[in-house]
Amino acid sequence: MNHRTAPRTRPRARTPAARSRTPAALGGPAALAAAFLAVPLAGVVAHTPWRGLAGQLSSPDVVRALGLSLLVSGLALLLSLVLGVPLAWLLARTDFPGKALVRSLVLLPMVLPPTVAGVALLRGFGRGGLLGGPLEAVGVTLPFSTAGAVVAAAFVAMPFLVIGLEGALAGIDPRYEEAAATMGATLPQTLRYVTLPMVAPSLAAGAALCWARALGEFGATITFAGNLPGVTQTLPLQVYLLLQQDPAAATSVSLLLLAVAAAVLIALRGRWLGHSR
Amino acid sequence: MPGTPAPRAPRAPRRPRAGIGAAALLLAVLVPLTALTAACGGGALGRTGDGGARATVTVLAASSLTDVLAEAGAAYEEEHPGVRLRLSFAGSQELAAQIRQGAPADLVVTADTATMEALRDFTGPSTVIARNRLVIATAPGDPLGVGSLRDLARDDVKVVLAAPEVPAGRYGQRLLERHGVTVRPVSREPSVRAVLSKVELGEADAGLVYASDAAASEGRVEAVPVPGGGAGVRYPAAPLEDAAHPGRAADFIAWLGSEPARRLLREAGFLLP
Repeated sequence: MNHRTAPRTRPRARTPAARSRTPAALGGPAALAAAFLAVPLAGVVAHTPWRGLAGQLSSPDVVRALGLSLLVSGLALLLSLVLGVPLAWLLARTDFPGKALVRSLVLLPMVLPPTVAGVALLRGFGRGGLLGGPLEAVGVTLPFSTAGAVVAAAFVAMPFLVIGLEGALAGIDPRYEEAAATMGATLPQTLRYVTLPMVAPSLAAGAALCWARALGEFGATITFAGNLPGVTQTLPLQVYLLLQQDPAAATSVSLLLLAVAAAVLIALRGRWLGHSR
Repeated sequence: MPGTPAPRAPRAPRRPRAGIGAAALLLAVLVPLTALTAACGGGALGRTGDGGARATVTVLAASSLTDVLAEAGAAYEEEHPGVRLRLSFAGSQELAAQIRQGAPADLVVTADTATMEALRDFTGPSTVIARNRLVIATAPGDPLGVGSLRDLARDDVKVVLAAPEVPAGRYGQRLLERHGVTVRPVSREPSVRAVLSKVELGEADAGLVYASDAAASEGRVEAVPVPGGGAGVRYPAAPLEDAAHPGRAADFIAWLGSEPARRLLREAGFLLP
């Protein structure tokens, strides 16, 4: 390895000839990887019944599921912002016992199979779960309710917000805030005029990813919240059941979700497709 | 890599070696993939430790048959040392979708005759191997006193039903309609087994499941019988047109009608055809 890289660090490594050498070795597998990711998406586009598309996407069932999906993912984002922003701030700025444990807890839903998240939610917040009794005592039953779908979506999506924001907060040079404080700014003023503007792009990116993940949530929702049109049947659940009855309609709805996901990426273009760095 | 001869003349040999490396990498990925596809490809012959070749017969079956077919399959393999059964369970509609997409399998058992009839172009003649009936599953001891279908319409009873996309959901809907009962379920679950688990976990108070499901839960739910619950619930089995082992598939279907298989089905709460 060392033998090989050594000559490339010399000045001539920057010439076009030297640069074109690397792709020769990696080009094949890289093209394979890109094709591997592209083919299924192309399949959705190719099999979309364009003629019936408008009709299928405006059918009452799809409209109802879309409305519910927007509501559930919006509330999940709100819940993630209300709870996740303070958590990110504490993780980035303070030291407290068990901090490593808390950070692992935040990361865990990102790598957990969503159906496992659903089982865990049932065991925690279900009627027979750890907090089921106390919740029922105050009149809250989460399974089979829209609130349950929001909880399921927030559980798997909040980490995307917390992790992104924590990184941005930790990356701010504390001297900016110190300078603001020495000029007599109160803590809320410092947050409002110094910290927030500096992390705003990261906050927006984290929120967008969080929302997209909540919109796409399937496994935890169907396991924890069930499947009832208008109450807990979000678009991904509808795609799953439609595929068994009407594959063409399932493909149309898939295209809709694909378009939304693509829109989120385009909105984040500056940050995630390598423009700003 | 570190051990490979270092390029004394650094420029010339690079490109070809890089090409070989990429090719080797490709092979390293593709060969196991192909082997895997071949192994999963329905009619593969599996080799056993004693050197004899065993035919692998792939069975697609409705999820309500999960426990009983696993038992029956083990009994069949014991009787037929040359055959290994590979069982794959899903909702009947999902099985039908898999078959239409060309899933490599030898026979299919669905939980209703309608799904099987819709597969007519892909299967040989079908035989009904078992019947079932719907019951109301409740928590052990039936604390809410759910004694009949009418009680499912009560506001204080949380009911889960199977989605109308799966046979149990359609049977349930027909049953409720015949009794003139309007139920507002809290969820329409994607399979009848999911209905059972929601009742087992205590998340729902009652659900319509097959008698065999209630039996399989071994006391975690109570089964309340329903008049007319058995109407039309049949399990047809048929060999697939594209079966790799059509003869063995037919033999297994015939065996499911034999006395040992009938005993297992009865014990699991099924009715005989």
